[in-house]
Amino acid sequence: MTLLLEPFHYAFMQRAFVAALAVGLLCSTMGTYVVLRKLSFIGDGIAHASFAGIVIAYLRGANFYIGAGIVAVLTAVGIGFVHRRGRISLDTTIGVLFTGMFALGVFLMSQQRSYAVDLQSFLFGDILAVQPQDLWLILGLSVVVGVTVAVLFRGLLYTTFDPVVAQASGIKSPAYEYALLVMLALTIVVALQAVGIVLVAALLVTPAAAAYQLTSRFSPMMILAALFGAASTEGGLYLSYYVRASSGATIVLLATLLFFLAIGLKYLRRV
Amino acid sequence: MKGEAVVARDLDVRYEDFTALVGATFAVHYGEALGIVGPNGSGKSTLLKTIAGLLLPSSGELSVLGQPPRKLAPGTIAYVPQVEAVDWSFPATVWDVVAMGRFARLHFWQRFGSSDRDVVHHALGVVRMGDLAGRRISELSGGQQQRAFVARALAQEPKLLLLDEPTTGVDAATEEALREIVRKLVACGLPVLMATHDLDRVDDWFDRLLVLDRRVLALGTPREVVESGAYSAIREHTHTHGHLRHDHEPHAAHAVHPEMRA
Ligand SMILES: Nc1ncnc2c1ncn2[C@@H]1O[C@H](COP(=O)(O)OP(=O)(O)OP(=O)(O)O)[C@@H](O)[C@H]1O
Ligand SMILES: [Mg+2]
Repeated sequence: MTLLLEPFHYAFMQRAFVAALAVGLLCSTMGTYVVLRKLSFIGDGIAHASFAGIVIAYLRGANFYIGAGIVAVLTAVGIGFVHRRGRISLDTTIGVLFTGMFALGVFLMSQQRSYAVDLQSFLFGDILAVQPQDLWLILGLSVVVGVTVAVLFRGLLYTTFDPVVAQASGIKSPAYEYALLVMLALTIVVALQAVGIVLVAALLVTPAAAAYQLTSRFSPMMILAALFGAASTEGGLYLSYYVRASSGATIVLLATLLFFLAIGLKYLRRV
Repeated sequence: MKGEAVVARDLDVRYEDFTALVGATFAVHYGEALGIVGPNGSGKSTLLKTIAGLLLPSSGELSVLGQPPRKLAPGTIAYVPQVEAVDWSFPATVWDVVAMGRFARLHFWQRFGSSDRDVVHHALGVVRMGDLAGRRISELSGGQQQRAFVARALAQEPKLLLLDEPTTGVDAATEEALREIVRKLVACGLPVLMATHDLDRVDDWFDRLLVLDRRVLALGTPREVVESGAYSAIREHTHTHGHLRHDHEPHAAHAVHPEMRA
């Protein structure tokens, strides 16, 4: 019994569990929109672009979240703009811009001596290193995004399903799209610390995709996605303590496992 | 209520380098159903999208209920597009889709209440979809999908209704039910604009007809339009829709609208 509770004895572990819960709920709630609006490539792109912001903040001794946050929000708004204009293919823009931004981050980083170690933690995250002030920021941002989703719920749902008819009825689809992209950017910044750039896209897509297999209406999908997300982050963190593996990788592996279980369950319900 | 619900003056609408509507001038009254007819590519959908505020006119004036379309209060205009470009695998039931019609009318602090549910129920009844309310939209037939979107527009209780070929692909009973509800709404003073290719029943549907082919060719009661000859020019183009009539003089048609010869 004491062995099972062991991870909870350490303050850094307690912080990590709280942070993991917030990140899991947040990513999978936003992930519902990401999956239904097919924004997963955008999420991946924002995460990679943020890396340049993180590195610049790091080099100037500024806060991680400020650097990543500014770049992520600017990128998200830029994507929204390109998407609205519709002249250049969105895929192409994201592909070009974000590999470039990511390379800029690596370039700046590689000029530093301690390059290898820090890059590793940016890429794969280190939720065990969450400081009390990080935790407050994570919780604060989670509340902001959560309240915004609740307030904009009907408009976000309508514009996600049918932006054209929603717009004709007087619901400003572009404003909702921008709001969603900014929330997505903030969510990604919060998640970066926990699971790192490489795995953030997985946490945005996998729990929601698993929930999509098992539900046929929007709200149940969002609730189930949040449950899967929280289960993956909490469970992954807990398991990683015993198997002595990277917490980010364990979290994503658990989410992936849930996804395949959901597919299996869907298949079983059919037959 | 009398007066003009939609006023267009010298309206041009462009796509990139193509002008789909040229110098359109017309007015739609409160309490009238206006049918918009014209061959494929004549700008019917473009006109409806412009009135819905989805496209901006490149020149000219457009006033909808006294204002530019984008300035109207949410919920004012209900629009049923010709082609619904939605993701049919979206997790939503027929009920969920029709309920969206209420969304523009609700502030975020307002609950989706029992009066909203009543309106949704009623709208589903009108399109005879009450028994399919719980069905997932991915499991509907084409005609049922179309009916769900018409119901969503009705559930909005709009002040202006725009229908782009809503009867395409729906069965005769639903078409008749839709015609009856349109006539009922019109009798209550609602302006309705509807694009159609079904020229055989325009008398039953509409108070007036707008004949369009990039320009406004004619505007008047169905009888006036037939007499003007513009109507037969359109009929000539509708044979692909199964409404071919050989009861007109082709040359008379060309006299009305020479551009059609090409
Ligand atoms: N998005 C667009 N970009 C460029 N041109 C367009 C676009 N949409 C329509 N057009 C052009 O504008 C013209 C009018 O199109 P519109 O869809 O309004 O015709 P319509 O009268 O509704 O035709 P149909 O009977 O086939 O529904 C057509 O020539 C079409 O090619
Ligand atoms: Mg059309």
